[in-house]
Amino acid sequence: MRQDYAAFRPSEVKSRSLEDSMSLVISNLRKTYREPDGSLLPILNVAAFEMQDAEQVVLVGFSGGGKTTLLNVIAGITSPDEGNVTIDGVNVTGLPEAARDRFRAERIGFVFQTFNLLPAFSALENVLLGMSFSGKRSDRQRATELLDRVGLSHRLTHRPGQLSVGEQQRVAVARSLANSPSLLLADEPTANVDVANQDTILNLIRDACTENQVALLIVTHSRDVAALFDRVETLSDFNKPETAA
Amino acid sequence: MNLLTIAYKSIRQRALASSLTAFSVALGVMLMVTVLVIHGVVDRMFSQTATGYDLIIGPKGSKLQLVLNAIYRVSQPIENLPYRFYRELKEDKRIEIALPLALGDTTQEGGFTIVGTIPEYFVTEYMPGRTFQGNGELIAKPFDAIIGSNVARTNGWDIGQTFRLIHGGNEEHVHDEEFTVVSVLRPTGTPNDKTVFVNLKGFYMVQGHDKPIEEAVRRVADFYNEDVDEEELARKVKKAAEDEAAHASNDGHHHQHDILEVQKEVTAILIRMKTRENSSVSIYTPGFQSEINKGFKAQAVNPIGEIKWLMDNIVGHVRTMLVVMTSLIIVVSGVSIFVSIYNSMSDRRREIAIMRALGASRQTVFSIIMSESTLLCVAGGVIGLVLGHGLVFLASPIVEAQSGLPLDPFAFEPMELVLLPMLIVLASLIGFIPGMTAYRTDVAETLAD
Repeated sequence: MRQDYAAFRPSEVKSRSLEDSMSLVISNLRKTYREPDGSLLPILNVAAFEMQDAEQVVLVGFSGGGKTTLLNVIAGITSPDEGNVTIDGVNVTGLPEAARDRFRAERIGFVFQTFNLLPAFSALENVLLGMSFSGKRSDRQRATELLDRVGLSHRLTHRPGQLSVGEQQRVAVARSLANSPSLLLADEPTANVDVANQDTILNLIRDACTENQVALLIVTHSRDVAALFDRVETLSDFNKPETAA
Repeated sequence: MNLLTIAYKSIRQRALASSLTAFSVALGVMLMVTVLVIHGVVDRMFSQTATGYDLIIGPKGSKLQLVLNAIYRVSQPIENLPYRFYRELKEDKRIEIALPLALGDTTQEGGFTIVGTIPEYFVTEYMPGRTFQGNGELIAKPFDAIIGSNVARTNGWDIGQTFRLIHGGNEEHVHDEEFTVVSVLRPTGTPNDKTVFVNLKGFYMVQGHDKPIEEAVRRVADFYNEDVDEEELARKVKKAAEDEAAHASNDGHHHQHDILEVQKEVTAILIRMKTRENSSVSIYTPGFQSEINKGFKAQAVNPIGEIKWLMDNIVGHVRTMLVVMTSLIIVVSGVSIFVSIYNSMSDRRREIAIMRALGASRQTVFSIIMSESTLLCVAGGVIGLVLGHGLVFLASPIVEAQSGLPLDPFAFEPMELVLLPMLIVLASLIGFIPGMTAYRTDVAETLAD
């Protein structure tokens, strides 16, 4: 059943004027995991974090520092214990799960460290799959153009197993842009890619976001990657889980 | 890309396991379709063939045996009736047609049932609206014979073919007399196709078909419950001989090898009662049947009632048992689909999590799994339907040659209509647990693994 998340927007409309140019606003975000022994492990405690529309930000942090959890919370995959994540003026954390899923499909692109392509589907089908969950009609022409944009027009019918690692990540980039998102989240997008392809992939992501006016949030532990961006944030600077109540 | 396409792609990824599980469903459905089609044909054949005659009259005994023997020619005759009884029935004004049948012999070649009867048998509708059609003459002369289509095909016989009879199924006792085929019947889809009809006159003229006069007179007296002492017996034997001589002289011709009427017997008599205009049901039947059944020696049986009893109580139960067994095969196939999908879930948790991360809702991934089980079950079902009718198509010439039962491979049984909806219900049951596994997949945890 189609969930209309627009129905949840009126409460946000007032603040939209204030956050008009904000693509992402995080406030008072807390997330704690329960350990197998029953103890609580605070992982996120972000008082405030903002990104402008079409801004490109790299978030640096050490492994286990909560980078992936933060991306999952922003994408609505994981619910926070407290706080709000507002994307394009919509309080994502306040949406019911189904509406959050649809919002994620329509407004958020995701590039994973391990590409996460579906092995049964060709490169073109993986991109089309990204479209199909948004409720929009699958647009083969757009999917083909996206793959052409990432240099894979000759690999449309190849399955992930038939593609090189670099090619797989390029398919993942094309897929993340399939629904014209306003925010693209990239989790260590070059960690599994060989050095020769790292710059290619990063430039591809950055250029595509620039061309499509998409805000980009990359999390990485690599200082080399971070050095390519104008705005670099260190997660530990604003994430203080140890201070969580 | 819709859910069915996504489900199909996932199935294709596990092509071997998916094909095997769908094929197991197909086999179950194939067997069920075969059972249903064959049973439907048998049911129609038995039921319709029984509708040709209002009553069958034969000696007292098993009603079903009488029907099976007289119409379906699959059982032994109970006993015989005196020819005199047939002659008296023929004169009854309530009866439109009385067709005598004399059974007991078989052909030397092929072992087909011999039925002695009269030419009227072939001009009488054997089912409502259906009459015999042949390529030759009726059995006018005593040693003329008409053969069913199955006999002609199996033995390679045609008009002019001569053959001999085996007495009472005893292969060592071959009668000397030869009968000649004068016509081959077109296929009727009834046991007539595997029957050899000979002229009743000729049947009686065959050596050994006449009972000794003394025994014959006793049997007739016994049938009519008449007391005979030795003196009376001698008088009756003499009278029978005189009657026959008078009968022969009245006919104006000599009966070669002919026997006395008292020596003649019939196995059964097929009766069609007179009806009023525009009515297919005779008002005389119940009263006449009751009248015959009051006697001690003969019985009148409604063939439709007996066949209905047979179908309801024996054949119907066999069919139910076969349907239950084939249903179980389908259920077992369903379990194998469940196992296949469920086992694949551990490998597919990541795929499910990726889809969820791309924006697929819990309901969507649940629906994808349900679509997979539905596709496998329905595909198996459709393949099974095709294979089932294909099997009937391949088997029909063999079954028809062996049993005379014409199978129509394209005959569609109404129960087949419920097969696919039932398979969809089965698919829903099969897919539910794996679907719930997909529904409950923890996206963040699975992607982190």
